[in-house]
Amino acid sequence: MRYEQPNSTGSKVQYKSRYQNFIGGKWVEPRSGSYFENISPVDGKAFCEVPRSGADDIELALDAAHAAKVAWGKTAAGTRAQLLNKIADVMEANLEMLAVSETWDNGKPVRETLAADLPLAIDHFRYFAGCLRSEEGGMAELDEHTVSYHLKEPLGVVGQIIPWNFPLLMAAWKLAPALAAGNCVVLKPAEQTPATILLWAELVGNILPDGVLNIVNGFGVEAGKPLAQNRRVAKVAFTGETTTGRLIMQYASENLIPVTLELGGKSPNIFFSDVWQQDDAFRQKSLEGFAMFALNQGEVCTCPSRALIDKQIYGHFLDAALSRVAQIKPGNPLDSETKLGAQASNDQLEKILSYIDIGKKEGAKVLCGGERVEVAGLEGGYYVAPTVFEGNNAMRVFQEEIFGPCVSVTSFDSFDEAISIANDTLYGLGAGVWTRSTHTAYRAARAIEAGRVWTNCYHLYPAHAAFGGYKHSGIGRETHKMMLEHYQQTKNILTSYDPNPMGFF
Amino acid sequence: MVGSDSASTVGATEAARELIRSLRARHGPLMFHQSGGCCDGSAPMCYPRGELRIGARDVLLGEIEETPFYIGGDQYERWKHTRLTLDVVPGRGSGFSLEAPDGVRFIIRSDVCAVAAAET
Repeated sequence: MRYEQPNSTGSKVQYKSRYQNFIGGKWVEPRSGSYFENISPVDGKAFCEVPRSGADDIELALDAAHAAKVAWGKTAAGTRAQLLNKIADVMEANLEMLAVSETWDNGKPVRETLAADLPLAIDHFRYFAGCLRSEEGGMAELDEHTVSYHLKEPLGVVGQIIPWNFPLLMAAWKLAPALAAGNCVVLKPAEQTPATILLWAELVGNILPDGVLNIVNGFGVEAGKPLAQNRRVAKVAFTGETTTGRLIMQYASENLIPVTLELGGKSPNIFFSDVWQQDDAFRQKSLEGFAMFALNQGEVCTCPSRALIDKQIYGHFLDAALSRVAQIKPGNPLDSETKLGAQASNDQLEKILSYIDIGKKEGAKVLCGGERVEVAGLEGGYYVAPTVFEGNNAMRVFQEEIFGPCVSVTSFDSFDEAISIANDTLYGLGAGVWTRSTHTAYRAARAIEAGRVWTNCYHLYPAHAAFGGYKHSGIGRETHKMMLEHYQQTKNILTSYDPNPMGFF
Repeated sequence: MVGSDSASTVGATEAARELIRSLRARHGPLMFHQSGGCCDGSAPMCYPRGELRIGARDVLLGEIEETPFYIGGDQYERWKHTRLTLDVVPGRGSGFSLEAPDGVRFIIRSDVCAVAAAET
């Protein structure tokens, strides 16, 4: 089926022509009175206006957050958890509407937003509601009369800068632990994809006390930077790329506050020869694992963008993999059959094309794709054919995240060579290992320098499995209760129950 | 027209040069740092000069319109066989790069260096 285009009669999504910032529980105009047009990558046309906020608006949001922080921090864990669950319930009741909006704003197929983005975002609020209820501090008897108590306290007010590849899900990854831990948040959505988060805030914003959640829209340099630099935030969380990551750490160093960063990867997907041993379901599963680079148009920090295939099966595996890829055709993202949607923005499209260009110039062989394509009826949209390069790991297309539906393929002779190629990268976010041998799987998973190694699976993002990077891929672990600690202080109360003086002075 | 201001491995199109001049008129002296990683990664970031602290391992690739262009040392090692050309396209970016509010985005186009190509 095909969903009606947002704003047309019968569509589940009707956008306002203009949105505001959500500050202190109210919709507030940006101080400057300026707005920017929000463009859908599906057809390249603007569909709503979003505030072009600046430092004044960030300050206003921080005022609201600071006014709310004491009461929210003291709100009983049970109550906070209940509110998070309520947010999840309202999202679930509006799942289809939010999924269609996310597709329209980001360009990803509705098949994915319905099956992944929304269900995962909803579950994230429930997961952290659960973690919160089960959380305990610590207590230790240091000697007969002395007891040490460890209690968790919120940091206070935190700043969060959200990427455009999974706008609502990435917001959920950051918001759920921060709110659960008792913090107030000032969140800046990506300027490419602010719309669904605003629709979401219309639905759930007032479930939370005023000022606990604040959303300020705008450009990185005008709104993100004053948030990241602000002395009134106790922590900054950012997902994006390395230079901005460095800048955020630099700003944080000026204020002596912690950061968590997720900065991308160049994830290897390793296929050992035994995947081909039998013509069975597992062989098909491994071929599907190869094709996972096309998920979300490759706009995933963990895109399996390097495929390393055992030389013994290289030809057979690659032929079958290419016929699998040939079935992935860009189409209207609102069509529930479409497997590949639009790239999120024009500059993203241009960057992907520039990488295809350097790949060819470096001598990588383009086995399929390698070009922009048009989808009938959506001529202004940003579509790229799934692209498979063959080359070697020194090439730029093997070393930098293209963030498009592209995979670079090479072969290996031995286990050691596979691991050496896998680790020959600046990044260490994700990796895939495909084998029928539990010994090979475990050895490989331990030898790969990456925070997440999918073994005989890929692109699963369940809550309660920690996600984060080694090397240049960032700092911190999301999607697990350990993220609560990234949003908490530890209070130690060291108590003497001895009525007698120490006799020291 | 692509040109380089010095013996460097980074050049710029006339459109990029014009944008640098326009940004400099509004923001003062500028700097570039080549980013890596996801989202807006692989894109060059344009900041007011001195905004990003240049570290001991950053490499100065060259200057464009009197604007220094840096890349991280580790990334340089993996990019040094290519010659970069700064260009500009309509877009929005997502980092803190100065041009994004103008509705344009700097982008890098690349060629394989003649020296490196001769070696292979």
